[in-house]
Amino acid sequence: MNPQPSLWSLMAYGDTGYGDEFLRGILFTLQISICGYAVAFVLGLLGAGAKLHGSKALYRLGDLYTTLVRAIPELLLILIVYYMGSSVLNSILIGIGVSERGIDVSPFAAAVASLGFIYGAYLTDILRGAIQAIPKGQIEAARAYGMHAPMRFRRVIFPQMIRYAIPGMGNQWLNITKDSALVSAIGAFELLFAAKSAASQTKEYIFFYSIGALCFLTITVVSMLVLQQIERRASRGVRRA
Amino acid sequence: MINIAQCYAFLHAEPGPGFDWCFMFWTVLPALIKAIPVTFFLLITSGVIGNLLAIPVALARVSRNPIFWMPAYAFILLMRGTPLLVQIYLIYYGLGQVFGEMTLFGKPLMRAVPLLREAIYYAIFALTLNTAGYTGEILRGAILAVPHGEIEAGKAFGMSRWLILRRVTLPRAIRICLPTMSTEAILLLKATALASTITVYEVLGMAQFIRQQSFRTYETLIGAGIVYIVLVFILTRILNWLERYLNKDRERPVSIPLAQVAKP
Repeated sequence: MNPQPSLWSLMAYGDTGYGDEFLRGILFTLQISICGYAVAFVLGLLGAGAKLHGSKALYRLGDLYTTLVRAIPELLLILIVYYMGSSVLNSILIGIGVSERGIDVSPFAAAVASLGFIYGAYLTDILRGAIQAIPKGQIEAARAYGMHAPMRFRRVIFPQMIRYAIPGMGNQWLNITKDSALVSAIGAFELLFAAKSAASQTKEYIFFYSIGALCFLTITVVSMLVLQQIERRASRGVRRA
Repeated sequence: MINIAQCYAFLHAEPGPGFDWCFMFWTVLPALIKAIPVTFFLLITSGVIGNLLAIPVALARVSRNPIFWMPAYAFILLMRGTPLLVQIYLIYYGLGQVFGEMTLFGKPLMRAVPLLREAIYYAIFALTLNTAGYTGEILRGAILAVPHGEIEAGKAFGMSRWLILRRVTLPRAIRICLPTMSTEAILLLKATALASTITVYEVLGMAQFIRQQSFRTYETLIGAGIVYIVLVFILTRILNWLERYLNKDRERPVSIPLAQVAKP
């Protein structure tokens, strides 16, 4: 064996290097980002609905949600959702008699839940703003045509809301991929966790953290290019001055 | 009556079921409040230095000379495109690796300069660079938003480029991006919590320490949440006041009717 292997040989794929760990880390990061974003989108729609519903109690609830998430650091929120979410879930499961001693929440589920919970709050305000940007006359027109609420949402509100929301939603996608690094704190094997374990085993901190940073940078740059295309596609047929 | 001694005993007692308000109010919160100065130290040092560094970054970014704008662009992309936690690890462990091999006057560098063994300075360094990157990009947009007429007016007065920059462009640009910068300040306050991952005992670090000592998860994490909510609330108030103070002359005096002002 070569007595002083080059640093790049540490990135070999398989048992001798960390290439496969990094690849798995990237895949896990993308998975939790996508799933977390889907959860966040549903929560954002619910939150925007609650804030725009008109009922004061629902507005307060939505406002409490967004204010709390904006004020508490993401790392702390991830820890809170991870530790408290699992025990609340377990006490519910035991309480209704589904399970006898509760279930172990996997790091994947915890990561998706916490990222979804955090970004749900940010998407709430983005979607709310987007819905408010739709000209009122269009919704009134839909009502005048006799469309019922689900159809109004599907045909008039949703397509336009998405177009107004896309720049903000794109930014939050970039943020969620970056904040997914925080779930390494709850032991999820994502990209930063892979870099961290590789670095601490070989003591080559600069090399492995740089590789990790580069992987995140690649995800960001590719996302930015894709988002540009989506934005262009979403605004087709829009008249420009 | 709440028995304080009893409450302190909980720290070493077996964790019981249920939420222990007593423990949270008498053990967790005082310890976390003592850690607030560390959070503020991180916030203020990295906020001030980072925002000052953002000015040359933004100026280099708006330059037409590729020697200036290309490094600035790369720096901003790197700071905004990678997670702050990765930057913190890279700086803390990476610089630690470099410094660990260096010597100063024959002594190992880490022993010669005790400052280099403190994790908090690495955290400040990382937060400063990150702030410089984010604020640099914001300031760039603001510089481009300064009305051309004002810069032309400066030129017409015979001001030199530096004088225009100092008296017209920068003050105007900073005012334009004040609202965004106060949002950034809140984000920076939240970002200081990441310093807890490299053994800095700021609010979250202290909460994690108590959690590991006492095995009481909810009280410590919720306590930390309360402290952060209060801190963000106070900081928002201060920033709102600052914004109003810096924009004082732009507030229209309500008492004077407009017609009277317009009279020649």
